[in-house]
Amino acid sequence: MADTAHSTTNSTTSGGTGQADGNLVARFFRATEIDTRLLGMIGALLIIWVGFHIMTGGLFLTPRNLWFLSVQTASVAVMATGMVLVIVTRNIDLSVGSILGFTGMIMGVLQAQFLPQVLGFNHPATWAIALAGGLIVGGLIGAFQGAIIAFLNVPSFIVTLGGLLVWRGATWYVTSGQTVAPMDANFRLMGGGADGSIGATWSWIVGILACLAIVAAIINGRRQRKRFHFPRRPIWAEYVLAALGCIIVLGVVSIANDYYWPINIARRYAEANSIPWPESGLFISHGIAVPVLIAIAAGIVMTFIATRLRFGRYVFAIGGNPEAAELAGIKTRWVTVKIFALMGILCAIAAAISTARLNAATNAQGELDELYTIAAAVIGGTSLSGGVGTIAGAMLGALLMQSLQSGMVLLGIDTPFQRIVVGAVLVLAVWLDTVYRAKAK
Amino acid sequence: MTEQTTPLVEMKNISISFGGIHAVENASVDLFPGEVVALLGHNGAGKSTLIKILSGAYRRDEGEILINGEPADIRNPRDAKKYGIETIYQTLAVADNVDAAANLYLGRELRTKWGTLDDVAMEASTREVMGRLNPNFRRFKEPVKALSGGQRQSVAIARAILFDARILIMDEPTAALGPQETAQVGDLIKQLKREGIGIFLISHDIHDVFDLADRVFVMKNGKVVGHARTGDVTKDEVLGMIILGKVPPGASPGPGAMKMA
Repeated sequence: MADTAHSTTNSTTSGGTGQADGNLVARFFRATEIDTRLLGMIGALLIIWVGFHIMTGGLFLTPRNLWFLSVQTASVAVMATGMVLVIVTRNIDLSVGSILGFTGMIMGVLQAQFLPQVLGFNHPATWAIALAGGLIVGGLIGAFQGAIIAFLNVPSFIVTLGGLLVWRGATWYVTSGQTVAPMDANFRLMGGGADGSIGATWSWIVGILACLAIVAAIINGRRQRKRFHFPRRPIWAEYVLAALGCIIVLGVVSIANDYYWPINIARRYAEANSIPWPESGLFISHGIAVPVLIAIAAGIVMTFIATRLRFGRYVFAIGGNPEAAELAGIKTRWVTVKIFALMGILCAIAAAISTARLNAATNAQGELDELYTIAAAVIGGTSLSGGVGTIAGAMLGALLMQSLQSGMVLLGIDTPFQRIVVGAVLVLAVWLDTVYRAKAK
Repeated sequence: MTEQTTPLVEMKNISISFGGIHAVENASVDLFPGEVVALLGHNGAGKSTLIKILSGAYRRDEGEILINGEPADIRNPRDAKKYGIETIYQTLAVADNVDAAANLYLGRELRTKWGTLDDVAMEASTREVMGRLNPNFRRFKEPVKALSGGQRQSVAIARAILFDARILIMDEPTAALGPQETAQVGDLIKQLKREGIGIFLISHDIHDVFDLADRVFVMKNGKVVGHARTGDVTKDEVLGMIILGKVPPGASPGPGAMKMA
């Protein structure tokens, strides 16, 4: 949309954008309103990626590795979106790994032992019933913990520390420690792999839809600002943002499409569908993996909840000043219960991804995930003193942690050193963030 | 104009104690529409506690509250808001990490027809209210944390105005402000008064409020020493009430008045 009113109508209401002072870089950031902190994280991520790429002799930035990286990040990224809200309200959830284990075990038992007896094997509804069961159990566990925190005034650290032990024990108890396998064929799609990816065509469709959404969001935002005569971004900044967003989305899609099915799977597929095997080999694109789509969807939904709904507004207000929130008439206790219930549901989604990927539910599933989830949220800029944090940042934090781990695996670094590095990076990242925030004031 | 038969607010024989200590004992105050009543006393005299009972932050042990002559059941801040009671706290009760519009509408957000937050509409009316209140206010997009004390105070006052408060409670409204901003708040109080809003001003400093108030209530050790029209007493006499509990001839004594020999 052409913008002619920009320079005329809003000169009186200018609230800080569009002043022509400062150098070119500063002006660019002010005009586009890009979050410099998020940009710093992306920069750090790129440095890590390029660094590993060089150190591994070109193994890191390959479609194959990046595709696996995205799939491995999905589970923790889903939980990190909820952990942001928990930490923003000055709480903590140490039980997410154990809730993941328990809901995973519930879903495993439902689809591998219980439902086949009722519905028969490979029933098309099995996966949905199993998933729904897991989501309900996860939500109930979360709500239960949240209610203890909110209404009985037990600190969340203690309640969820108890939950860490309780739900891990419960996971163990369900099958007396036995691993449950295999998972339902449809359920397994949530774990990725050749079948659990949407292929080239659908990936492009998703990519194009995402681009349209980006453009629509920018146009809508501009219209809204115009309607109320607010200062708007310069028109070139809008174009830059739209172009940047579309390039990133389409770049990701093309990378996912550049990773082809392994030759065995492609050969089996060709035989099953009686396609003649070509001399040069059969190249079938993976496309975007289903778990990655789930994680992105979770990120979008959670961002919507956090920024567009009243509930999200309350979460941040409580984090900023619990007393003021209470005095403003917000039912802060119920908000706490809802946050933890949401966290439980997200744990169940993460459990679906990781059990589907492993094709089994084990009693060790999700161990230490609470720490990776918290670390992802904190690296992503969520402040432990409350009130500050973004969903996108936390998901980037999860990607950053997973990048470090994958890179170290590619380099052949031993597990003990991996943990040492990840721990050190966590502390370093939070220190850098503290320095940044102090400067920003 | 304040000579109306039923007061806007009447707090009768209110008592509350914390752990055996009587913070407020048998205190009665009233407020008429378009009237400014100052509640004075030392720190710890019980004035903030008394008023927090009206705003729903505390629940009284004894006594009753009448709003427009009808008994009011105020158990929490939400109940108080239903009666049109808005409070501006001494501690500047704003959520630091969100912007002015979010604070103005906290707890009563405007929503679009899809149930999502209507941020633009909230920002628009925030700009309008703040423009009336504090025309120099420009920082709409920034977290309240970044604002000065006076700007934060104006956000808190705008919040109360926006919701058509009929009874406004201001706890040390000018304590955190500079002289210019204090004058601004004074003008604002006069404007609200003209609109028929009843205002309780709570202060430990008589100079802050004496000229603004129509009447003063003085509290000491949790009891009401007495009350008076500001026209009938001098500042020194009111100081005597605050410090010694001595009730001058122009004032009506309360249960906390010094027993004269």
